[in-house]
Amino acid sequence: MTPETHTLAPAAVADIREIKARYPVAQSALVPALLRVQAEYGWVPPETYDGIAELLGLDTEVVAEVASFYLLVFTAPVGRQVIQLCTNVSCLLAGADAIQAHVEAKLGVKTRQTTADGRFTYIVAECLGACEEAPCMLVGEKRYKRLTREKVDEILDRTDS
Amino acid sequence: MTQSPGTLGPDPTNVLLRHVNVPGQHDIDTYVANGGYAAVHRALKEMNPDEVVAAVDGSQLRGRGGAGFPTGRKWKFINRNAPVKYLVVNADESEPGTFKDRTLLEGDPNLLVEGIILTSYALGVRNAFVYLRGEYYDCHRLLGGAIRQAYERGLLGERILGTDFSLDLVVHPGAGAYIAGEETALLESLEGRRAMPRLKPPYFPAVMGLYNKPTVLNNVETLCCVPWILNHGAEWWMQQGPPQLYSVSGHVQNPGVVEAPLGTTLRDLIDRAGGLRPGRTFKACYPGGSSSRPLVAEHIDVAMNHESLAKLGSMMGSGAVIIMDDTTDMVKVIARVAEFYMEESCGKCTPCREGTRWVVQVLERILHGHGRPSDLDLLTHLSKNMTGTCFCPLGESVPPSLNAGLAHFRNEFEAYIARSNAAVPMPVRIKESVPVAGS
Repeated sequence: MTPETHTLAPAAVADIREIKARYPVAQSALVPALLRVQAEYGWVPPETYDGIAELLGLDTEVVAEVASFYLLVFTAPVGRQVIQLCTNVSCLLAGADAIQAHVEAKLGVKTRQTTADGRFTYIVAECLGACEEAPCMLVGEKRYKRLTREKVDEILDRTDS
Repeated sequence: MTQSPGTLGPDPTNVLLRHVNVPGQHDIDTYVANGGYAAVHRALKEMNPDEVVAAVDGSQLRGRGGAGFPTGRKWKFINRNAPVKYLVVNADESEPGTFKDRTLLEGDPNLLVEGIILTSYALGVRNAFVYLRGEYYDCHRLLGGAIRQAYERGLLGERILGTDFSLDLVVHPGAGAYIAGEETALLESLEGRRAMPRLKPPYFPAVMGLYNKPTVLNNVETLCCVPWILNHGAEWWMQQGPPQLYSVSGHVQNPGVVEAPLGTTLRDLIDRAGGLRPGRTFKACYPGGSSSRPLVAEHIDVAMNHESLAKLGSMMGSGAVIIMDDTTDMVKVIARVAEFYMEESCGKCTPCREGTRWVVQVLERILHGHGRPSDLDLLTHLSKNMTGTCFCPLGESVPPSLNAGLAHFRNEFEAYIARSNAAVPMPVRIKESVPVAGS
């Protein structure tokens, strides 16, 4: 999508107004509003900061400052699917380093990069809170457990192919 | 015992986990059929708020988020006459190795809603918030559904069950920041700012919390205990152990959430999680997440409770028990732990922002064949200077790993350094940080 189309859709505006009404102070709605915009575009284009700021009665700088702090608020375009591969201790003990090497070789990317075909953005994640399923990863909102190289191939090959 | 996904129906050997594998338990009708919301009905009709506080206080319940602070005492800090006060549930479960709150939220989300209603009634709270970890996508759906159904049945909203008590409950999404689990950073985040911790004093949440109003922050598991305590009484609760959730992961055969009496030994917890892999021996473990000081073989019979672990210079933390057997490379584990804190440092204070990075740089050069004999003294020095100097507990979470590593596994560090060879190219980092997507 081109920058000039990055205005807030009427449905997003309505949703952000509804989110704002949940809180005693409008600024609390900022992260949920950013995530709502992200649901629209896959990321939060900076062109939308003004619109969000206006809806919540904030300065644009505040929107930018908060957006740039949180890992899961994407301030640059991402692939059609975001992979979060856990490599923290419990997953490391279950062989996550080998899985990490495999994913990086397969996709030809390092952490926080997007594949050339735009299918995947890959993030080496911190603990995903699913250590009983180690090694694990999220693809979009879906969690995959007890990963092996073969399982990773199968999951990635059938995702958005 | 560890819950296996195949188990169907209530598990009478457990309390907190009793219904997590019951099919349809996320639906309010199933929840009610299994005894759910009985405590809300009784408390709102037969008990005054002070009696609810007294029941929880009498149970000696301690917070399950990490600090282990007595819940009843925390509740009593709140000025009862304050016109506006808030309850904030810390569901930002992110301490490495911890997955018990996720297990409760995915398996029995109504139990948390019931605990929130009871707690809000006890404290005179009109607005409650759940700060839910962004990555817990399934929990968002399930908890959202439980809350919608509670509104439909008149258990949330105006004049609950025809009483004068009203409560609104909002789920607030986190967006990928471990630091938001620290209670004052959580409040900053909930107010729509960067998740950076606040100075205590003056910002003790009980006095100046959310929107500067008196605020109680409780963990998911803590609030899930409340309905059980009100249904069965403090004495019964104590007789059950009291029940404690341990997230057991790493080198055990059946990793999972183990419900066991508080103070169960480490050896027993390993057994309950299926034991070590065949032919392997116990080497070390994190008893309370990666912020706790690792234990070693001589500690295998320690009672896993706040007092015994504190005596060993470690802590109960969030009950995240990460088991490591004799195949484990401790230098690699400790480097990964340090890297986690570097990644998650909010950057507010120097000892944490710079200290975590410095420690990681030293550990990675050791790991990649560029270690220097002086590095172990340097690590000791860094560890000392990150202790008691950081703004919040995040930076302070690196020294326990370093200190235990250098005390118990110094030979592993030395072996790496002895193999050092400057001719080997030094990789950038294990985990390169290229800011393309994300922040």
